[in-house]
Amino acid sequence: MSAPVLKLDDARATKAAPAAEVVAFRAPKAPSPIAKRARRVFDWAATTLIPPLVVLALLLLFWELICSRPGSALPPPSQVVTDTWELIVDPFYDRGGLDKGLFWHLLASLQRVAVGYAIAVVVGVALGVLVGQSTWAMRGLDPIFQILRTVPPLAWLPLSLAAFRDGQPSAIFVIFITSVWPIIINTAVGIRNIPTDYSNVAKVIRLNGFEYFTKIMIPAAAPYIFTGLRIGVGLSWLAIVAAEMLIGGVGIGFFIWDAWNSSNISDIILALVYVGVVGFILDRIVAFIANAVTRGTATA
Amino acid sequence: MSAQAFLSIQHVDKAFSRGGVTNEVLKDVSLDVHEGEYISIIGHSGCGKSTLLNIVAGLTGVTKGVVFLEGKVVDEPGPDRAVVFQNHSLLPWLTAYENVALAVDKVFAKTKSKAERHEWTMRQIELVNMAHAKDRRPSEISGGMKQRIGIARALAMQPKVLLLDEPFGALDALTRTHLQDQVMQIQAELKNTVLMITHDVDEAVLLSDRIVMMTNGPSARIGEVLSVPLERPRKRLELVSDRTYIAARAAVLKFLYERHRFVEAA
Repeated sequence: MSAPVLKLDDARATKAAPAAEVVAFRAPKAPSPIAKRARRVFDWAATTLIPPLVVLALLLLFWELICSRPGSALPPPSQVVTDTWELIVDPFYDRGGLDKGLFWHLLASLQRVAVGYAIAVVVGVALGVLVGQSTWAMRGLDPIFQILRTVPPLAWLPLSLAAFRDGQPSAIFVIFITSVWPIIINTAVGIRNIPTDYSNVAKVIRLNGFEYFTKIMIPAAAPYIFTGLRIGVGLSWLAIVAAEMLIGGVGIGFFIWDAWNSSNISDIILALVYVGVVGFILDRIVAFIANAVTRGTATA
Repeated sequence: MSAQAFLSIQHVDKAFSRGGVTNEVLKDVSLDVHEGEYISIIGHSGCGKSTLLNIVAGLTGVTKGVVFLEGKVVDEPGPDRAVVFQNHSLLPWLTAYENVALAVDKVFAKTKSKAERHEWTMRQIELVNMAHAKDRRPSEISGGMKQRIGIARALAMQPKVLLLDEPFGALDALTRTHLQDQVMQIQAELKNTVLMITHDVDEAVLLSDRIVMMTNGPSARIGEVLSVPLERPRKRLELVSDRTYIAARAAVLKFLYERHRFVEAA
């Protein structure tokens, strides 16, 4: 007979509880959507935007202080801005020959990188699949890749100049040979690490070679492939600046070399800022594509 | 061996050699399975029960012996022996629907139209009650839901034999019970022939018509086969006090823990 009594107690308890909660919840007012969004923007600024800006300001201040003394070798930031003001405000001028705005120099460099990198992507993924797929290809090719990949980009330049007898294809070749190694190696690792489960599934439903390649292999290795592509794009941007210093013509590397020859240290500093920002943007673009293509599994 | 057995495993030996060392996993394993039968294979870990399943699936070759399915030799994997893998093995870049559709589109490429394949895929997903989450990716659904999609994918191939490799092993107890009931229900409806690997005694007794008990490896063989003559549909709660159930459970436990205790510390 004790059971019903217990139930009654329970019912009373549950009835009382929500009443108490309602009182508690009435006090805080729900924030409006606009306030919520403003709050989010503010949080983002506080965590992502403000810290690097503060550090940047401190660095500039430090630089300004140590380079402002008379007789210092490098110009302070204020000097850089006044010296290069013309270049900053008008990146699009073109007075013929090599006397162009920074936009044109960067564009020329980016075009070379685009061609060289595109070839590296195609060749790198293809070779990576081969090496990842076939044990004999790996045994034969991997040691050679491991040695060749340590050759510095610029060491290839004289050889490619000798082979192509022209600056443009030589620069593109240097981009290619610099960025292809991480793409090959990461693709091969990605292919080799495809879980047996996935290939078992493919075997049970009897996918043929081509279907296996497009439906299992490439998506499964995509996170690895994109790691290689990101490293590759960074390396190719590193290589182009160095290569252009030597081959001449329009390009951000040559611009820096030309500025050095005419002792425009401020121009060099401005160009370095541009090189850094463009390299960062290239990296973010590849990362963005990776995220879109792998639908977020790249990070998982 | 009777020639009319639906699935017939005959004198199968399996040894793996690595670096000159030969490790015999299975020794003279023979088993006949009838159409529509639900068979569980139970044994301690490392006894080669997964190897046996992989041999039937065609994913692993035999060293000696032969496996027949409807009188034809099994020597390669195929959709007539669909596998539900222990860790679901869904492709993480595809949604639940796409995972099932990948199998359906391949297996029925020639025999069904596009609309029919879509309808067939949806029917399998509804069969495992996953229609509400068909557009989610594996990373966005729970372990039990993933395994349900894995089961749907296997059922979608209309296999002659459904192979389950510890299908509920990685799930929590509540989800496991729920899925076991669902599999029982599906099997009652579709009359599939099922071969299931398990290490859970209750699961084996509840689901199976016969329980195959394997001795410990190396050179594991079939120690005993126990029939479970319980009426279907089986009700989990009613069976708890059922004499046949208790006796079957005791027999399996005795085999596993008295006569073939797992000696090595796992």
